[in-house]
Amino acid sequence: MDLILVNLIDGLVTGLLLFMLSAGLTLIFSMMGVLNFAHASFYMLGAYFAYQISMVLGFWMGLLIAPVIVGVLGALVERYGLRRVHQYGHVPELIFTFGLALLIEEVVQFIWGKDQMPYSIPEVLNFTALSIAGNAIPAYKVFMIFTSVAIFIALLYVLTRTRVGMIIQAALSYPRTVEALGHNVPLVFMGVFGVGTALAGVAGVIAGPVLSTFPGMAVVLGSIVFVTIVIGGLGSLWGALVASLLIGWITTFAKAYNIRMEDILTGIGFEKPLEMSENVFRDLWTITSPQIADILPYLLMVLILVVRPYGLFGKRDA
Amino acid sequence: MHKSTKFGLGAVLALSLGAGAAMAENVKIAFIDPLSGPFASTGSNGLSQYEFAAEALVNAKGGVLDGQNFEIVPFDNKISPKESLIQLQVAIDQGIRYVVQGNSSGVAHALTDAIEKHNRRNPDDRVLYLNYAAVDPALTNDDCNFWHFRFDANADIKMDALTDVIKDTPEIKKVYIIGQDYSFGKAVAAAAVSMLGAKRPDIEIVGNELHPIGKVKDFTPYARKIVSSGADAVITGNWGSDMLNLGKSVVENGFTGPIYTYYAAGSGITAAFGESGKGVIRLISQGQINPPESDEAANYINAFEAKYPDGNIDQPRITNVIGMLAAAINEAGSATDVVAVGKALESMEYDDIFSGKVFMRPQDHQLIQDMYIGAHTDEGVTFDYDNSGYGIVVEHKVDMAGMDSPTTCKMKRP
Repeated sequence: MDLILVNLIDGLVTGLLLFMLSAGLTLIFSMMGVLNFAHASFYMLGAYFAYQISMVLGFWMGLLIAPVIVGVLGALVERYGLRRVHQYGHVPELIFTFGLALLIEEVVQFIWGKDQMPYSIPEVLNFTALSIAGNAIPAYKVFMIFTSVAIFIALLYVLTRTRVGMIIQAALSYPRTVEALGHNVPLVFMGVFGVGTALAGVAGVIAGPVLSTFPGMAVVLGSIVFVTIVIGGLGSLWGALVASLLIGWITTFAKAYNIRMEDILTGIGFEKPLEMSENVFRDLWTITSPQIADILPYLLMVLILVVRPYGLFGKRDA
Repeated sequence: MHKSTKFGLGAVLALSLGAGAAMAENVKIAFIDPLSGPFASTGSNGLSQYEFAAEALVNAKGGVLDGQNFEIVPFDNKISPKESLIQLQVAIDQGIRYVVQGNSSGVAHALTDAIEKHNRRNPDDRVLYLNYAAVDPALTNDDCNFWHFRFDANADIKMDALTDVIKDTPEIKKVYIIGQDYSFGKAVAAAAVSMLGAKRPDIEIVGNELHPIGKVKDFTPYARKIVSSGADAVITGNWGSDMLNLGKSVVENGFTGPIYTYYAAGSGITAAFGESGKGVIRLISQGQINPPESDEAANYINAFEAKYPDGNIDQPRITNVIGMLAAAINEAGSATDVVAVGKALESMEYDDIFSGKVFMRPQDHQLIQDMYIGAHTDEGVTFDYDNSGYGIVVEHKVDMAGMDSPTTCKMKRP
């Protein structure tokens, strides 16, 4: 029972981290209709910038400054890169972001090298916040939860309760009408792209110390972010939140409990073959849930696409 | 007639010139390892250690035979077995006779097979394969051959030394084994289970688990299981970011016992562990860095770090590869007759700079050497890793580990 609570908290941390990445990506997608392959690279840039800043000014300044730099970079990419490519259609845009992802990875390796960076948790947060049945919950995790929840609330508030948010939402659905009403839609797009990448930057800043800062960190998270927004429904903030939490909890619980395929198969009435080493289904029988935990979200995505092609909260086809 | 004599004379002259050039030609060594991609940092750091060893141990001392220098020729295999075979062919086409490789036993299996076939079919330009880090036991057992020499201790020998230490640590009663889901991770787990069972039958193995290699983002759930299993010690063969993330996660979530590792040092890992790994991370390896084995070892490391300020001597066995190859070439009297060089390498005894005597066991070409179990710490560190102030300080030493370990190798000698 205690362990369930601990796993719920761990899953929540993973889910919220994923949310910060997918929130930006899903907004950018609904705006430009294009998947930003370089999104996770901005997450990586956030971590590296924050590491560099924390060397001089400490962790907290890194948390403040790094996302801003990442956001500005993102806005510049939109203004001088994507916007020019946009007129040639979606495929060139895709290729552009794909190339950008490779470029960022190479540049990061060029500047910081290929090693792991010693980017670590600030001293103030380096203690055990609470302990549940011998399982320590580090204070840093509590901090991660609060930061991401605060960002979600702020984002929701801006998008639904402010004038800027209204214009953004309108521009997402009817850009030409909004433009005709005298709003600067390209500026809105640039702003959304900047904020989206800045969010990824924040995720990088706070995930860097725990998930380690190295040139492969973008690749490791890259694909799962796309899965999240497809499950949640492209363009839906709530969908991104629900899907992120769902993925966080599914993977955490699958890893924490050794559910064996053998038990499931015998449970539904299959007979376990005696001579396992020669059996065709040997691999299927010996699977345990931790082994396939990281594949489960992809399985979920396939199921969702079959049953509800527009995702959990989406309004249009993926 | 006259014309043809002239031509013949010219040919002889050209031949002798060619032979003269060949005499002064460098002994080329192909370095086939990842120099790009996620494991590039391990590969490029290995390359600088080779280049330095060749320069310091051979070329600066006048080379081998009558003044031939060693030259390391790097080939990037992107840690792919397929790519490695292509690079091997390129190296052979360039007339290179010596291949060194270490990262990934998967690559090592592909190379050793390919080299065996090549040498059988092309007796005129045979190649020797000096493996400095791929530790799958099969390479010196069922899959051994005359052309393969291993300079690192294999996974079983390391586990043997490690369990010797655990045997003498009575406070360890429960052990958790976790590793990457591929041949090496499985080999480590199997060796740990069987050796702990033999040496300390009272130890309970509270967990034996494999996770996908290079795919796990967050090790927290695994760490929870380890902590709640009540384990006193963890054994893992993990490397790269899997090693760092597992270790950090286990420590953060409240584990205080020792984590016995194969590869938790260098390439940024030591710096990233920093204070959190102190008193927790243990490393089984060959070659003693702290305290330095001798003045010679200290001077060597100082010279290396002066040349490569960001580099680490984290694979000290590389000096044995270069040193023993040079000695074997000198003994054989030829750098091109690799059969003679191979025979000279077999049963060679050599003084390791970072350790005592080492011995190339002739029946399976496994180098037998002292093994060290060290702790990650910042106290008593003469030579740190990653310029972090932290390094590995030796706690236990196992003399000539695995000297009488069994082998199933049945080698066909040329």
